[in-house]
Amino acid sequence: MPDKRREYALNAVLALGLLLVPLWAYWAGSPFTITVFTRIAIFALAAVGLNIALGLGGMVSFGHAVYFGVGGYVAGIAAQHAFNGETFLGIAGANQMLIIWPVAMIAAGLLAAVIGAFSLRTSGIFFIMITLAFAQMVYYFAISWPTYGGEDGLPIYVRNTFPGLNTMRPWNLFILCWCLLMLAIGAFALIRASRFGAALMAIRQNPDRVAAVGISPFGIKLAAFVISAMITGLAGALMADLSRFASPAAMAWTMSGELIVIIILGGTGRLFGPVAGAAVLVGFEVIFGGMTEHWRLWLGLVLLLTVLFARGGIVTLIAGRERLG
Amino acid sequence: MTAALLFEQFLNGLQFGLMLFLMSAGLTLVFGVMGLINLAHGSLFMIGAFFCAAAAGLTGNFWLGLAAGMAAAAAAGALIEVTVMRRLYTRDHLDQVLATFALILILSEGTKILFGPFPLYLDVPPLLTGTVDLGLTPYPLYRLALIVAGIGVALGLWLLIGRTRLGIRIRAGENDREMIAALGVNIRALYTVVFALGAALAGLAGALVGAVQSVQVGMGEPVLILAFVVIVIGGIGSIRGAMVGALLVGVIDTMGRFLLPQVFALFLDPSKASGAGAALASILVYLLMALILVIRPKGLFPVHA
Amino acid sequence: MVDPVLSLSHLSKSFGALKATDDVSLTLMPGEIHALIGPNGAGKSTLIGQISGRIAPDAGTITFKGRDITGLSVAQRARLGLGRSFQISSLIPEYSARRNVMLGLQARQGHSFRFLKPVMHDRRLRDEAEAILAKVGLAGRASVPSAELSHGERRLLEIAVALALEPACFLLDEPMAGMGAEGVGALVDFLRGLKAQAPILLIEHDMDAVFALADRLSVLVYGRIIASGSVEEIRNDPAVREAYLGDSE
Repeated sequence: MPDKRREYALNAVLALGLLLVPLWAYWAGSPFTITVFTRIAIFALAAVGLNIALGLGGMVSFGHAVYFGVGGYVAGIAAQHAFNGETFLGIAGANQMLIIWPVAMIAAGLLAAVIGAFSLRTSGIFFIMITLAFAQMVYYFAISWPTYGGEDGLPIYVRNTFPGLNTMRPWNLFILCWCLLMLAIGAFALIRASRFGAALMAIRQNPDRVAAVGISPFGIKLAAFVISAMITGLAGALMADLSRFASPAAMAWTMSGELIVIIILGGTGRLFGPVAGAAVLVGFEVIFGGMTEHWRLWLGLVLLLTVLFARGGIVTLIAGRERLG
Repeated sequence: MTAALLFEQFLNGLQFGLMLFLMSAGLTLVFGVMGLINLAHGSLFMIGAFFCAAAAGLTGNFWLGLAAGMAAAAAAGALIEVTVMRRLYTRDHLDQVLATFALILILSEGTKILFGPFPLYLDVPPLLTGTVDLGLTPYPLYRLALIVAGIGVALGLWLLIGRTRLGIRIRAGENDREMIAALGVNIRALYTVVFALGAALAGLAGALVGAVQSVQVGMGEPVLILAFVVIVIGGIGSIRGAMVGALLVGVIDTMGRFLLPQVFALFLDPSKASGAGAALASILVYLLMALILVIRPKGLFPVHA
Repeated sequence: MVDPVLSLSHLSKSFGALKATDDVSLTLMPGEIHALIGPNGAGKSTLIGQISGRIAPDAGTITFKGRDITGLSVAQRARLGLGRSFQISSLIPEYSARRNVMLGLQARQGHSFRFLKPVMHDRRLRDEAEAILAKVGLAGRASVPSAELSHGERRLLEIAVALALEPACFLLDEPMAGMGAEGVGALVDFLRGLKAQAPILLIEHDMDAVFALADRLSVLVYGRIIASGSVEEIRNDPAVREAYLGDSE
């Protein structure tokens, strides 16, 4: 199977490239390059999450930024309370990443359980509009609720810590993000190969058939939606720590659009699609953003042409269409 | 709180709702007839506002601006339909979302290039300045005109769809695409006309609203998302549903923002009350949407396939 | 007296003014093939929809293995052992024939919330799926994506997926539709053997196949069952001749 081998090679190039370029930048003393690659890793992680719902389950969630944003707010609120000694509903703050990450994932997961319970009653175009609307609801709530910064967002004065690592160093934060990304990709691979994944991918293709063999699509989809949001929430917590700022903009609808763009550019449902897509999107912004302030116009054109004429994304372009066995 | 204030807020809600209707009507028509989800509908709203403000600024005539705004939006709509949308009708919704998302990026940056990065302002025409006494309260004449215009367009649309040859074709297209193609209707032209009509309505809304808010890039998307809420509430493809949904959303949103902080003030101290009230008010229409989804998952006026 | 496996009593469903099913009652007894025939538009699809759980009846009840299942979902009914095939092949297009059957096996075992073990490396599941494919004569096509199978092969795969569920009754919606004469002959033989495993409610257009297979026949016209009985009784029923076999003689 040459296609399969080519995909493995591409995956190795992406995983190692994402690691080795910042390593080189570390030796060469270019913290900016490391930060760019940290952004790529975090966006890829967020998109790995969405890829479970969208790529495997066919759920076009146009509101995944909300879980990204909520993860960021968990990091921001925990850090603020650790800083000022106050509590959130009686819970003390924390500045320890090993505490913040699971809390961010749980918060995103709970929100996804509620939003999913409503939106998964529908499908198709309804689902797209409803996930967008609910995400917008949380966004408006965040900017109109003054306690945690409102429209201004929430600064993180001291980056949260990880045992044994100085997270203020760009390389250390990068390597944390890279490891989490690889873990998430591993989890994605496990889920895709499992019985759960078999049911989920079948639901994407033919939900009526899946119900007719006795598997309720709703439960499977909701579970996938929640897992998906948890991973995206984790990415949000990392992003807040990278930018030292929990921003309402992280849950704006444009962010949801960008997450979908990452997946489509990379290759929907493909293991390393999010990495390829995130590298292209962030790379586009860094390179063209430096040349013209209207880089979004060019991004739009590239995206439009990709959708109209080059479906399947980068992974498909290089490694061919996927066969599910 | 007086009855006069309440009445005034109700009128504001009505006016907001009617503008939302102009947006939602085009969206729901395009979905009903062509099965297309169009995120770039908000960009057409923005184009209407920009061309209206620019033309009115150049000529000094609001009415010329209004015509320019509508014409620009309709032309942009027709152009988009012919170049892009046409290729998307048979694609899945994901492709439609992405392509129209790309169009938002292109149209927003294009507008920035064309009109510069700063907001434009549109003055209310002299004919419609000042207030009018409605018995309970004086009310800005322009906003009253918006209400009248909204009702007028809604009636016109109702007549167009219910009484004209074009309307018959549109309704046929919603029910059975192959059928009307078999009847010899030029379906390509019909789609372009429907799309341009929806675009013109969005452009009209943008132009009209341009005189009561600043005209800037990104103004379309918040309205677009509210229009989605309207359509989910009203039922996709239903003009009547869009009307009911738009009025519900407009009035509930406006009244919520006005009343909730005051209600909260009854049992919270004032500083907290305004924050909590505003926060709850900002999500009220989405809660309404969730409620309707539980009771009527296909919206209030479902159009059966 | 043996209890029926499946019984419908007084099922009705209207769409606006159209009565798609009108007070339909019928039973499926253990070990029999009960065929349901009727002209196009007689309400067969609506009836299938109601039995499988996709369409909620306006009135009436459905009893399966002695239990009222009228309020259950499609998936719940399938888990109880109601195995159906679709009139228009409805498979997982990107999955191979093998994987389509494996999904049925997985569903029968009831373990879909398992996240760790790779399902395609599950020897027992694979072997069982391939054994079922061999039964319907698709052994050589196990690795082909179902979208790339021929029409007739897809019809057989439909049956294979239903077999994987080891259902308490089969609900087969026009399994012969679009098949060649040879395929129909083979399938008739296969179904004759299958009824020992579980009774079959057979909706079918191919009259030769129906007359060859059915132990009992019911005739649905305009949403009503106008006659029910043995093949001989139905052949000679004047109401059926008029309404259904009609002017052909």
